Amino acid sequence: MAVVARNQPGVIYEGTRIPSPIPSMLVVPPEVRESDDILTVNFGPNHPSTHGVLRLVVDLDGEDVVGLNALVGYLHTGFEKNMEHKTWWKAITYPERIDYLAFQANEYAFVAAIEKLLDIETPPKATWMRTLLLELNRIHSHLIWLGTAALELGAISLLWYCFNARDLVLDLFELVGGTRMHTRYFQAGGLAEDVPRGFFTECRKFADTFPSTIDQYETLLTNQKIWLERTKGIGLLSAADAIALGQSGPVLRASGVDWDLRKAEPYLAYGELDFDVPVYENGDVYDRYLIRVDEMRESVRIVDQCLEGMPSGPWITDDRKVVLPPRHELHTSMESLIHHFKIVTEGYRVPEGEVYVTVESPRGEFGCYVVSDGGPKPWRVKFRAPSFVALEATATCMTDALVADMIAIVGSLDTVMGEVDR
Amino acid sequence: MTFDGLPGLVEARESFGETTLVVDPARLVEAARHLRDELGFSFLSDITPTDYLGWGEGSAAGYYGTASGRDINAPGSQALARTPAPKPKRFSMSYHLLALTSPPARVRLQVWLDDGEPVPSVIEVWPTADWHEREAWDMMGIPVTGHPNLVRILMDDDWDGHPLRKDYPIGGEPVRFSGEE
Repeated sequence: MAVVARNQPGVIYEGTRIPSPIPSMLVVPPEVRESDDILTVNFGPNHPSTHGVLRLVVDLDGEDVVGLNALVGYLHTGFEKNMEHKTWWKAITYPERIDYLAFQANEYAFVAAIEKLLDIETPPKATWMRTLLLELNRIHSHLIWLGTAALELGAISLLWYCFNARDLVLDLFELVGGTRMHTRYFQAGGLAEDVPRGFFTECRKFADTFPSTIDQYETLLTNQKIWLERTKGIGLLSAADAIALGQSGPVLRASGVDWDLRKAEPYLAYGELDFDVPVYENGDVYDRYLIRVDEMRESVRIVDQCLEGMPSGPWITDDRKVVLPPRHELHTSMESLIHHFKIVTEGYRVPEGEVYVTVESPRGEFGCYVVSDGGPKPWRVKFRAPSFVALEATATCMTDALVADMIAIVGSLDTVMGEVDR
Repeated sequence: MTFDGLPGLVEARESFGETTLVVDPARLVEAARHLRDELGFSFLSDITPTDYLGWGEGSAAGYYGTASGRDINAPGSQALARTPAPKPKRFSMSYHLLALTSPPARVRLQVWLDDGEPVPSVIEVWPTADWHEREAWDMMGIPVTGHPNLVRILMDDDWDGHPLRKDYPIGGEPVRFSGEE
């Protein structure tokens, strides 16, 4: 598995499929370029199967892809710059919006970074509730992936089945946070509000019925001949190539690397939960599909255990320098009123330092690097977006591919362009 | 894990449970190879440039609201409680590394650079550095030497300036069709 250096310049290691010298680009050899048979096609930026605004400049020799250059940046909105101008607690709304499918995972990464700098502990109920919501979020993200990736390969009906189930997850988010997406339910120190009555009952209903829904999806795809022919052996990525290209999450695990941050560096309540990490060996589009379907089943198992083990008690820490005081105290306590005023107008100050926090988002290792100068606003925020890194692997996956495989391959990497461009 | 033999090591420090290894930019690639081949850091998670212009001089990232709108470049009202420790140079470049071992190990490899000072590319050590280094050039204007394709990645090819620098104002882009021709 270790990447071995070789003395030959330009070659990363023996047997690699990563193009050289530019790892993320397939360059047409000059002799092929001169042959006059090369057709250069712009795939995107507005193409229904690019999951956003991705532009691929593809050089075709007949149906063979001989050149590929991925161009991104069409959705760049300057989230990181904007966050430097917002107080810490207002900035929490930003990471959610960079990846609109895995909003809570991203939100958690930023909140966890603040908590690491502040050195505050969250109460057990908040920890378990966060774990539960992150897993529901993983189901939500994988459902969108499954629906759209299958749609692109012609399995249209699956989109409606997946969006149907996805709506049930969004209903749960609405119940808990008031909005269907970008809930901003995590607060530094715990949760923004207590879990509403009836949530656990509704969540239990979902967890009981959802596994049979996954069976239905599998009936439609797993052994379907067209699906197998479109996905098996397509978009190959070896384990060493995947690590060298920084791939993570389902893409890495489909290449045979048993690596999941929930197991490797357990955060939240994951250390106390019983779940498996699905790993497949072939590194093709089909295995990436199987991984995500299996992960949804594992997520339901985690949701089940979270519902059973959910502790009671406070949902947010009682550190008045960081957390808003309870509403009723504002009428009777001068101190509470001052704390409330200071936090709302000025925000809380976070100690000087730099931290890097990573979580296993539905797309892989989502990292958040935060620098604080001790003030009420972040000095620098940087996100390690797994989608951004996944797109670097398109060139390697597309080596020797046909133009029709391109749709399957780009789909299988599960990129969200908002996260790529930030 | 010991980092004594790391080529070009300037400083190793621990804070918030994280290890930061500051190395000499000239020996960055050597240090990267050492970390990958001898210590098993085969996974490059992220590369982050940070601009420390105005570090410790109050709040560079604030503004006053005024009656005529907001003044983007005025100093903020939210001054710091105490002056943070000074930084050796204007820019830092942090390479977040991960060893896929059990238990996993993480380390932050860091170099310090002045404005315009180049940093060698680590693309031959970790191919995933390709886009991260392009982003560092595009957003922060860090010249990366030895990169085979150092062009802008997120902004337009003909864009002026590097948006994530501290002296690049937020809202500094002219608003088109605003009626104020």
